[in-house]
Amino acid sequence: MSAAATAIRGRVENRTLIALLVALPAILWVASEIDMDLFMAFVLWVLIALRALFHENRAVARGTIAALAAWAIILPFFQDPTAGFIEDATLALAYTVFALGLNIIVGFAGLLDLGYVAFFALGSLTAGWFMSGFVASAGGGEGWSFLVGEPASTLPGIHMNFLLVIVIAVIVTTIAGVLIGLPTLRLRGDYIAIVTLAFGEIIYRVVLNGDELVIGGQEITNGRQGITPVDKVDLPFLAPFESLELRPWYFVALAFVFIALFVNYRLRDSRLGRAWIALREDEVAAASMGVPLVRTKLLAYGTGAAFGGVGGAFLASYLNTVNADQFQFSFSIFVLAMVILGGIGSIEGVVLGAIVLSFINNNLIPDVFNDYPSKVGLDFDLTELSFGIFGFLLVIMMVLRPEGLIPERRRQMELVQHLGAGTTTGVGEAEERTIEARA
Amino acid sequence: MEASTDVARLPVKANTWDKVRGYIGEYGLIALLLAMPIVYGIQDISQDGSLARLGNNVVDGLSNGAIWALVALGYTLVYGIIELINFAHGEVFMIGSLVSAGLFGTLGLTVATGVGGLILGLLVILLVAMLASGSLNTMIERVAYRPLRNAPKLAPLITAIGFSFILQNVGILWIGGSPEGIPDLINAQKELFEIGGVSVSQGDVLAVAATIPLVLLLTTFVGQSRLGRAMRATAQDPEAARLMGINVDTTISLTFLLGGLLAGAAGLIYALYQTTIWFFQGFTAGLIAFTAAVMGGIGNLQGAVLGGFIIGIIQQISDNRIGGEWTPAIVFAYLVLIMVFRPQGLLGEQTREAG
Repeated sequence: MSAAATAIRGRVENRTLIALLVALPAILWVASEIDMDLFMAFVLWVLIALRALFHENRAVARGTIAALAAWAIILPFFQDPTAGFIEDATLALAYTVFALGLNIIVGFAGLLDLGYVAFFALGSLTAGWFMSGFVASAGGGEGWSFLVGEPASTLPGIHMNFLLVIVIAVIVTTIAGVLIGLPTLRLRGDYIAIVTLAFGEIIYRVVLNGDELVIGGQEITNGRQGITPVDKVDLPFLAPFESLELRPWYFVALAFVFIALFVNYRLRDSRLGRAWIALREDEVAAASMGVPLVRTKLLAYGTGAAFGGVGGAFLASYLNTVNADQFQFSFSIFVLAMVILGGIGSIEGVVLGAIVLSFINNNLIPDVFNDYPSKVGLDFDLTELSFGIFGFLLVIMMVLRPEGLIPERRRQMELVQHLGAGTTTGVGEAEERTIEARA
Repeated sequence: MEASTDVARLPVKANTWDKVRGYIGEYGLIALLLAMPIVYGIQDISQDGSLARLGNNVVDGLSNGAIWALVALGYTLVYGIIELINFAHGEVFMIGSLVSAGLFGTLGLTVATGVGGLILGLLVILLVAMLASGSLNTMIERVAYRPLRNAPKLAPLITAIGFSFILQNVGILWIGGSPEGIPDLINAQKELFEIGGVSVSQGDVLAVAATIPLVLLLTTFVGQSRLGRAMRATAQDPEAARLMGINVDTTISLTFLLGGLLAGAAGLIYALYQTTIWFFQGFTAGLIAFTAAVMGGIGNLQGAVLGGFIIGIIQQISDNRIGGEWTPAIVFAYLVLIMVFRPQGLLGEQTREAG
């Protein structure tokens, strides 16, 4: 046996090897079903395998992450640019931005937010107001445009540059995040969940019935019809994006994911990130160590919300509509399920969870598995049940593997080995919290 | 995170905002609750010269509120004992409705059925629906909450949400994705009598008449029986209760059973009163009932009933005056305001944290 093989053996349990071997045909099968390039799928498997096998080696870890980023950049050149895989991949990336934003609130600061969809809605609405013909009275009916090219600049309505709209969306959602956060400051964990849920529902109702709310002769939204069309992304020095060439959309979404990842990593390792984690673990201890509770919590809400705004504004342009149906409670749970599946607080896990769940939602359930019930003689549509499947996933994950697919180290210690100062309901016996050396 | 709110408050100075918040909490909530009836009452008197329209709103609101009260009791019982928001409770109520509506057909109850047969049939259905919802709720506790008793507090909340989605999909599989009309067995809209322009329909009478005995039974059970005492002991201090020989697990199961029984009864009443069932009814009902439980003071049985009736009236006034599409937003706005300014509710919480 070569030295390298022994080195691998020494580090890795057989479990990991078996999982990786099973994963190869699974990845290839899924890739062929969703029209992903098989070569790229194989490369992905190799990178994942390297990351899993050498998870303790920092140099290899950094190398594989860089390689994964490069892989994501060249991926579109192996794909059909008009539709299919690249279309869903762009959506998956936008969802990843949401999941990374929610991860700051739920994962780092430990504030369960069940109304994250509110920020998606506000970001989308910002794009709907400033990047479409919706505000028909703008510029005396002639339209008002700022730093955009043809044809948007000649149309009625407000047409602003996409980057500016992103900035406005970030400002709007950050303020909304702080405002939604304010009432929850003194509440207990589960009350926070309900208050955020209530805010999410209120904003959904406002978008849904916004055509009845008229401010200065202008409705807030288009109600059930939605705001459509929304301008395509128009970046400086580049031609406006088109709906039949999806690669630029993919790259913009990927850039947002990279920014979100950068912010997540840097914040996690910063003073603020440590304050969040301290707050999550024990609020009293954190406060007595001098962590300013109000500011720390509000910063978590604000930063997390900002990513919701970015993703929302992008999706409004990408999907070409701002429709109330997108902003229902179930979307909040969809994003929450991504965070939980991947591992609460674990950045890599959240990215994995987001990508896996969006492909399950957009490809596997509607396209691949949808005719399975009828094949075994059952009469129902699997797409109707997608949220039941996510609900099932939430229960299973929480009961069997609460730390997620790629656990964050602190949480793994708390959940699997019961070492942390996790709050219990008080019903349990202290004896049961013996140290359990698993993993 | 538990019990930390008060301690965590220490570093922050008691400033003007806290005082204002205290005053608003003390009187503001009551003023807020009275605001809508008073405003519309004045409007009615000035326009119609009588309070008949408001009176009708209140009567309809009370019968809606009876249903919310039954559901809210389930939230408050469970929260009182294990401090968990049983998110799936609204869906348990929805399943109760679906079971009842299914049994209408099975038992052959139609609009033409005579009074005797109808009463007998409905009593049977009431029992079955209560048992179905009760056992479902107990099962959920066993599968989704008990394994997580020592986990961080948010874990059972997340499984609760998961179960709520699973049950909604059970509803979709059962009756499809759109609201379904069911036979109006009790002729719910038929006017039974009228006092001063306020008409009271058969549905109103049934909803209130079926709710009151159930609530009385429950309060007597919790207050007087041995098992009820065990429940209260467990709610106060699970460890001490265990030391005193109370089987805490059984007591918690019993609590979920009781909550489920009431939700099943509410499901039948809702089906009879609204004559429409929908897989999504549980979500809205759950949030409204939760608001009711918080309004009354979570963990407080009388509070839940009071809150249910108040929310029912607010909802009815809003449906009638502002428009049904805004009602959820208004109810949730109340929820947020209560949570912020008076989290202990109208009658005060009876949980471990609040003492």
